[in-house]
Amino acid sequence: MIQKVPWALIVFVAALFVPVAGSRYYTFLANDMIIWALFATSLNLLVGYTGLVSFGHAAYFGIGAYATGILMKKAGVSFLLAFPAAGVVAALFALVFGFFCVRLTRIYFAMLTLAFAQIVWAICFKWNEVTGGEQGMPEIPYPSFEWVERVAPWLPFVGGYKTSEYFYFLTLLLVAACLWLLRRVVGSPFGRMLTTIRENPERAEFIGVNVRRYELAAFVVAGIFAGLSGGLFGIFNRGVFPDFAYWTKSSEVLIMTLLGGMGTFFGPGIGALVLILLNQQIVSYTQYWPLVLGTVLVVLLFGFPGGIAGALGALSGRLLRRARGA
Amino acid sequence: MPDLSFVFAQSISGLTAAMFLFLIASGLSLIFGVLRVLNFAHGTFYMLGAYSAYQIVQWLGTGPVNFWIAALGAALTVALLGGIVERFLFQRLYGKEELYQLLFTYALVLILGDVAKIIWGTQQKSISRPPGLTGAVSIFGATIPYYNLFIILLGPAIALGFWFALQRTRVGRFIRAAALDRETLGALGVNVNALYTGVFVLASFLGGLGGALITPMRAIVPGMDTEVIVEAFVVVVIGGLGSFWGTFLGALIYGQVLSFGILFFPRFSIFSIFALMAAVLIIRPWGLLGRPLK
Repeated sequence: MIQKVPWALIVFVAALFVPVAGSRYYTFLANDMIIWALFATSLNLLVGYTGLVSFGHAAYFGIGAYATGILMKKAGVSFLLAFPAAGVVAALFALVFGFFCVRLTRIYFAMLTLAFAQIVWAICFKWNEVTGGEQGMPEIPYPSFEWVERVAPWLPFVGGYKTSEYFYFLTLLLVAACLWLLRRVVGSPFGRMLTTIRENPERAEFIGVNVRRYELAAFVVAGIFAGLSGGLFGIFNRGVFPDFAYWTKSSEVLIMTLLGGMGTFFGPGIGALVLILLNQQIVSYTQYWPLVLGTVLVVLLFGFPGGIAGALGALSGRLLRRARGA
Repeated sequence: MPDLSFVFAQSISGLTAAMFLFLIASGLSLIFGVLRVLNFAHGTFYMLGAYSAYQIVQWLGTGPVNFWIAALGAALTVALLGGIVERFLFQRLYGKEELYQLLFTYALVLILGDVAKIIWGTQQKSISRPPGLTGAVSIFGATIPYYNLFIILLGPAIALGFWFALQRTRVGRFIRAAALDRETLGALGVNVNALYTGVFVLASFLGGLGGALITPMRAIVPGMDTEVIVEAFVVVVIGGLGSFWGTFLGALIYGQVLSFGILFFPRFSIFSIFALMAAVLIIRPWGLLGRPLK
């Protein structure tokens, strides 16, 4: 019964009303959450569905952010081209790096992804002419929303928002579309095959599946969506910095994925939402956010390895059984 | 072309950096070799070693041997902490997925990093060089501080001692056996859990010692943990994870590439290190002296 409710649609519609109902700050917060939700969901395709623990997923986030940022700021390219470019460039890097990574298994895979991510970080950190080096690239322009104002008089509910709010709507639509695509990928025969590989790579090999090729494809798809989320984040953040590709970012997004629940489609998104809300609550009380985050992580690892989605699933299962028994 | 004394000075500074990195990376490599875990918290143990040494020097004041007492005390403190963490928390994660183990070590980075901030603040701290090693000597026209010479001698000494212990002692044989096949070793009646705790304690000791000994040369600041773990990671990846002499070689290469990289391509020295790591990973993913693992 609970499964029948179109939760995704309800959340999407509710999110549309954030700029009207909430303050400017809540719009900002919601925007942050939405972008991270996409980033975490893209990682989950690897970690949760394919069983590949990437410790360098921030690389593709950073690459996407730089691709969009450089195109929009330095080349003056429109968002219409600069946004897909984030996905394309991230895909190219993911293809090259992934080619080497999928040849290794388990912990070695994790370390090679980390190593490549550090290389990306080092390039972003040092290549002043292109990436702005250590200082990063501030003042990435917003996409132009003039056309919206022009068509606004003919449409209901459109027009009269601030640029940051228009960008929020744009992010919401794009992320929703990306999540829908990812959902299709996960449900497709290709996605099912990834799960088979996660469960038993040897058996998948026996039945004639080219495991490496599937893993590489998953790596590239995950890279594309991480890149797209990075492209959005650079604009949202009003700047792109080498930090985006640093290894601690990779672990942050892994924590979100774990917190929400790996292997469930919307789990990582929930994890992103909860972690950002928690962060926003905590930093107003104390500067020791890492301490809190680390403690949350330890509790998760030892107490709730299934994350929020896992715990909720177990709870609702128990309630259902009790309801039927009564 | 820079003159020879400058080149010599540069190579000595690279060698000093290499010996520090070896101290730290050998612990990381040891844990990986035996436990098959990339321990992100190893950099944090290094930082805690530095802060502990600072604290002990504060308590003792300056005296002829106080620095050495502080360094040893700091390393032992960190070793104890490592043992407690392994025994009561980490050991519960051995049967689980690698992701959980990796993230647990990252949780330690977050928690202990903030605890250090709470105790010692964010102001940078420093310790002066131990009396007796404050001077410098002139070799080939280059001025080399005694302390650097001491580190350059200490590194190989520890390496040799370590290698001897691994090759010739009973525990060393167990450690090498555990790296190859832990189930069989357990079946032969060796207490593998105790061995793991021992390995963790030893690795933490090395990390803490590295941190304590670097204090006369580098400032103690928050953030030195995440910085050094990346360096140590590069060293073990180049040399070969779990390979003892590989770590030594990796540290030597890292030190020289960094110090001469700064000389010839000042802007791309960090990049040259990572490029080297990438090349090694692509050609020999198991490192220069490592063994391919299935």
